[in-house]
Amino acid sequence: MPHQVSVFAENRPGKIERITGVLMRKNIDIRAITISDSGDYGIVKLLVDRPQEAVDALKEDGIAASLRDIVAIRVNDKPGGLHEVASILTKNDVNVEDAYGFIVERKKDAVFVFQVQDVRRTEKLLSEAGFTILSDGELYLL
Amino acid sequence: MYWNSELETIDRAGLERIQLERLKKALSAGASTPFYKKVFAENGVDPAKITTLGHLKDIPFTTKNDLRVSYPDGMVAVPKRSIVRMHASSGTTGKPTVIFYTMKDVDEWAHQVARGMVATGTTPDDVFQNMMGYGLFTGGLGLHYGAEKLGCMVIPMSTGNTLKQIQFIQDFGSTVIHITPSYALHLVEEIRGHGVNPPDLGVKKAYLGAEPYSEGTRDKIQEQFGIDAYNSYGMSEMNGPGVAFECVHKNGMHLWEDYYIAEIIDPETGENLPDGEEGELVLTHINREAMPVFRYRTRDLTRFIPEPCPCGRTHRRIERIKGRTDDMMIVSGVNVFPSQIETVLMNIPEVGNNYQIVLERENNLDRMHIKVELYSKMFHGEIKELERLKKRMGEALRAIITINPKIELLEPGSLPPSQGKAKRVFDNRSL
Repeated sequence: MPHQVSVFAENRPGKIERITGVLMRKNIDIRAITISDSGDYGIVKLLVDRPQEAVDALKEDGIAASLRDIVAIRVNDKPGGLHEVASILTKNDVNVEDAYGFIVERKKDAVFVFQVQDVRRTEKLLSEAGFTILSDGELYLL
Repeated sequence: MYWNSELETIDRAGLERIQLERLKKALSAGASTPFYKKVFAENGVDPAKITTLGHLKDIPFTTKNDLRVSYPDGMVAVPKRSIVRMHASSGTTGKPTVIFYTMKDVDEWAHQVARGMVATGTTPDDVFQNMMGYGLFTGGLGLHYGAEKLGCMVIPMSTGNTLKQIQFIQDFGSTVIHITPSYALHLVEEIRGHGVNPPDLGVKKAYLGAEPYSEGTRDKIQEQFGIDAYNSYGMSEMNGPGVAFECVHKNGMHLWEDYYIAEIIDPETGENLPDGEEGELVLTHINREAMPVFRYRTRDLTRFIPEPCPCGRTHRRIERIKGRTDDMMIVSGVNVFPSQIETVLMNIPEVGNNYQIVLERENNLDRMHIKVELYSKMFHGEIKELERLKKRMGEALRAIITINPKIELLEPGSLPPSQGKAKRVFDNRSL
């Protein structure tokens, strides 16, 4: 399963600059970034090529960061592609806590990344339904 | 106009006779309590040998911490069945300081408060709307009993509920209110918001209290509300409100010296200062059966006004309180020590070592913001988890300091590091 880097950030200018600066110096590549905001502060979520290294580097710089297991699957970039995934999750009563997606190749491949309570069970469900579950490495080989 | 003209205008010699007589009685009662038994023994104090007021200096000071370590009843001088009331204020490390009263104590306290209210011109014709908190806090019940004793109709509103406050002022013709200065300013705005000119409501007088405020704030309240506002002084350790009260001349507060022996000391050396010099007020309660307290360090800075007052009262006046000798904050009328907050925060593993307490006044109401750094190792990447953390901190703090602070989570390292005496408290309220 892939890992997402979560970073605690106060809601003020310069936060993303600081985080990306640390990653740039370590030559870490960002595949996706999203921010969950809660008013005074937010959590910056990143998919990077070397998650553990990224967390270590951020912590070393005094930033509160942690790794989290997530589910990432390949979906077809066509109308209804994501709906197929969502139907399976609904049928199995899996609650999606936070999600984002990005397109790898237009009209062909997209990646859907999401947080759930039980990552292993969700991966199993989707893989049995024929979806391709991506690992850290695979996310970057796309 | 006096409540008790004989006692209020008694000559100094007569007053000192009463003081000595009551001091002796209080000392022999105090000597029976576990706390003072020990203090007197350790310091070689023999109550029988206290034969002049000058001997008071032989008795060691009592501090707020002494009250705390005597929790729950180490200073009680009467059998439990004689006690009819207790009040409590929050303590520095979780344990409250508790004050007990016999029936006579409650009655004497009411007389003392009535005396102060009469000194400001209040009469049984007045309707008294009490907007101070009821409960363990002494402010609400203290003036409630005093006003009843005086013969006013009392409306026991307590704090908040602004619309009803305004409605009751109108419907019952309240002429005297008891209110915190910040709430008074808020109330004025609310009244105006209803299209009413505050002076048209008919309120004549306000007793302000429970939080620090400047003369400028008093002037503002008087002007905007069209009323006379009076300062008074008190604290739960000394019964509650009514220790000292302004008279109609509004120039210093008469401290009821048949209830208390007041000293002004140098807070560093503990030595008595000459009349008129500023220092820390030290009070000995000589008119309370349940719980005598000797030479209590109030930590409040003031001075005696030595000149006689034109009102004819012989009890000396103290000036408005200039400040404190410790770091106690008064927020929305509640006494809060930074150490209380620190203790709570440091027991929460997710919190780093740095925090700040910021006090602001928004819409005339006190707000406490607590800024804490998140401890990196305890961060697991979830917003939900952080919201839960904030809630947990809020609840833990409220349990200790009784007020609800707004908690702000900060990134590690965003506050200046704690080196020696880091400045933790930022009081941005313009009083």
